[in-house]
Amino acid sequence: MPDAPLAGTPEIPGAWTTGTLVDVRRDGRLAYLRLALETPFTHAAGQHCVVRLRAEDGYTAQRSYSIASAPGDDHLELCVEVMPDGEVSGHLHDEARVGDTVEVRGPIGRWFTWGGRTPSIAVVGGTGVVPVVSMLRHARTLGTGERLRVVAVTRTLAELPYADELLAHGAFVATTRENRGDRVAATPYPDEVAPLAAGVERAYVCGSPGFASYGVRLLGEVGVRKDIIRVEQFGPTG
Amino acid sequence: MPVTRGFTGRRRPVSREGRLPPGQHDVGDGWPVLTAEAEPHLRDDQVSLTVGGLVTSTTTWSLADLQALPHSTYAGDIHCVTSWSKLGTRFTGVSLDLLLEAAGPLERAAYVVAESVTGYTTNLPLEHVTGGRAWVVWDHEGRPLPPEHGGPLRLLVPHLYFWKSAKWVSRIELTEVDRPGFWERYGYHDLGDPWTEQRYVGDA
Repeated sequence: MPDAPLAGTPEIPGAWTTGTLVDVRRDGRLAYLRLALETPFTHAAGQHCVVRLRAEDGYTAQRSYSIASAPGDDHLELCVEVMPDGEVSGHLHDEARVGDTVEVRGPIGRWFTWGGRTPSIAVVGGTGVVPVVSMLRHARTLGTGERLRVVAVTRTLAELPYADELLAHGAFVATTRENRGDRVAATPYPDEVAPLAAGVERAYVCGSPGFASYGVRLLGEVGVRKDIIRVEQFGPTG
Repeated sequence: MPVTRGFTGRRRPVSREGRLPPGQHDVGDGWPVLTAEAEPHLRDDQVSLTVGGLVTSTTTWSLADLQALPHSTYAGDIHCVTSWSKLGTRFTGVSLDLLLEAAGPLERAAYVVAESVTGYTTNLPLEHVTGGRAWVVWDHEGRPLPPEHGGPLRLLVPHLYFWKSAKWVSRIELTEVDRPGFWERYGYHDLGDPWTEQRYVGDA
């Protein structure tokens, strides 16, 4: 993983700014949120931000969420999965509505980012697709979509965030609990992933810790060097 | 500051009041895994730690060598910059004081860079890893530290955000000047004191 720092000055996360919800869409355990920021910031595809909720009495709770919108989007888009007893995700999923305000700070994380040109593969599971959706949208803007190959793993297609967008991009989607066409339900086989990994200069793995271990192992099996793999993990941290 | 309509939140139990730094939440018995790189799987006999750089004698210990030194246990709290804290947990290893004493820091040594077998690095002022505030540990709650949490051997500097507690630590380099480590180059704070919320570059 030794890697030169990014060229140029690393962008410093700004101060907290107010985000107003301009769109809220719920789909099962997921909530897709779009926010207008009072003081917008420019993120790189793959970065995350912190969302802070404040109660009337001043009590606050904050969590990190990956950004789904492309760099340059007028709004900040997040996809939040509701966690069991999730203090912040529960509120965003069950209660939040258009016009509500939250506090937002970002952009954060200069490591799990894709500039849009390096030939790369991404292996993602569950809401781990979110930062990669930002990368895909960025690639569409640049016209470099063929440089990012995506392997998405999900139990069923219905549970995969941004499923239509991923499929439209040509992502390889492996469903593990339902057959899709001729493909019997299973995690990706090395021979399905190998052609996508051929010639890549970087690999991204994003998902739960269990998924991340699996994704790194899978990439290893198809010959991707460990030192080009960048990992982003998240978990049900309340 | 804006209030989020309808948000009440979950208050922490009174017994834990005062133990959570600002902006942190309690994960209870959980211990999230956050790692930027592919996780190495090392056998115990592949583990060694070197203290070098500005010292009178660069010294290397195998894991067995370290385990033969007087043990020291940290029982307390840990805080991750991603906003989780784990309260009341225990790690056992050896105090970094002991290792630094053996290597003999030169007068002009003022910082350390901790390096992992993965190439991960993090920088700390020397005064923050001395005086009983830093350890290398191989045991968590009486069991070998698992690989996803940095086992067999990780640095433990619990008074700072947990990215400073380098997993799979293999070298402690003493330096005269502050050399930003991995996350520090990617926009995280140079010191990382959770009680003053030094999360990112530019935080006071």
